[in-house]
Amino acid sequence: MAGAGAGAAASDELKVLGVWPSPFVIPVRIALTMKGLSYEYVEEDLYNKSALLVGSNPVQKKVPVLLHGGRAINESQIILQYIDELWAGTSLPALLPSDPYERAMARFWAAYIDDKVRAAWVVLVFRYNNKDEWWAEGVARAGEALDTLEGAFRDCSSEGKKPFFGGDGIGFVDLVLGGYLGWFGAVGKIIGRRLIDPARTPLLAAWEDRFRAADVAKGVVPDDVDKVLAYQQALLARLQ
Amino acid sequence: MAGEQQQPETELVLLDFWVSPFGQRCRIALAEKGLPYEYSEQDLLGAKSDLLLRSNPVHKKVPVLLHAGRPVCESLAILAYLDEAFPDAAGPALLPSAADPYARARARFWAAYSDRVYEAGTRLWKLKGGEARAKLQARAEIVEVLGNLDAELGEKEFFGGEVFGLVDVALVPFVPWLPSYERYGEFSVEETAPRLAAWARRCAERESVARSLHPPEKVDEFITLLKKVYGIE
Repeated sequence: MAGAGAGAAASDELKVLGVWPSPFVIPVRIALTMKGLSYEYVEEDLYNKSALLVGSNPVQKKVPVLLHGGRAINESQIILQYIDELWAGTSLPALLPSDPYERAMARFWAAYIDDKVRAAWVVLVFRYNNKDEWWAEGVARAGEALDTLEGAFRDCSSEGKKPFFGGDGIGFVDLVLGGYLGWFGAVGKIIGRRLIDPARTPLLAAWEDRFRAADVAKGVVPDDVDKVLAYQQALLARLQ
Repeated sequence: MAGEQQQPETELVLLDFWVSPFGQRCRIALAEKGLPYEYSEQDLLGAKSDLLLRSNPVHKKVPVLLHAGRPVCESLAILAYLDEAFPDAAGPALLPSAADPYARARARFWAAYSDRVYEAGTRLWKLKGGEARAKLQARAEIVEVLGNLDAELGEKEFFGGEVFGLVDVALVPFVPWLPSYERYGEFSVEETAPRLAAWARRCAERESVARSLHPPEKVDEFITLLKKVYGIE
């Protein structure tokens, strides 16, 4: 078998270290499910990190970490690519397209989300107790990023003819953005409207509904908004 | 090779800015792969060109690689694209082989991590005189980042082992910025990361690197210019 000895065998055990609402962990769990892989999920306490987490990701001590055959793979988007490359085949869904230019486009939009959506999310989650103009700024920044992503979705989905950024099926960009939906729901409850506003970004709003409804998202994308808000309160209390 | 005659259907154009380390990643990769391209200097301090604004409407930044007119943005995405779109290029692939997804994941991790050198270094020179605490934090961060890179390199010739690969290409453009960072942060790369310092000297001997990077003095002049532009004392 190509690669025998070059790394963990595809059949070796998989473990994901994460926290359940993390926008960076959720994409990894969905990707593993899409590939038909079972894995052990370990919930971490980020204020009391396990020895396993610190040992697996000593440089950043962050989740998610994918442990496979005793090796650690770090960084959400890098883990997604690892999963896609190791478990590839005609009967398995591909997370990234095969055409190099389309791959570059997917990587571009994933990097965009990691830059602009993440920046807004940091404000919305961690500055909530301040709830001052900074927080309103977070909502505004999220809105701007989503406006741009509406255009991206139009391009990636052939003018809305395809259901996902990845085309007919969930792909790389869908996973990266989908990781934020649990938090979008929580923010939506606070501001009294969906953060992905159907009046402003209709294609994205429909995409959100489809993504949440997907089997692979069930039980992983948080849909209990109050639970997410309670997690946020506990987090902010720890930060005081 | 910049300027060599190309076929229009495969034509490569790089929209870039002379001192941009992110652009230099692309120049070095193109040179290593022996791919001819047109270098197009962009005026980032003045008005941005229509071509740049059309090619990267989202960020309006360089580098942008145009391949037969289609833009690829984000330096690391460009490097991956060059590997994938030109598998028969003269030079070797930047990423480890597809037979080793774990090695590829490690390379991607450290290539992305190398951005931290620039981020922490930029914080150092952007600080005003009185911000002592912020300076200490930025200094601590860059020292930690360089230490981690030094440890990852270990005793290898390059981050890619014997192969000058993705991580080497991603990190080497920050080398001419280090003397400025050392001065602003009051630390020494030779002390903090001696193996990395030796690696930098080895890389400088490669033609692709020597031809793409500018001397530290030029970079330092540019930082001084930017400080004036931003009104930082």
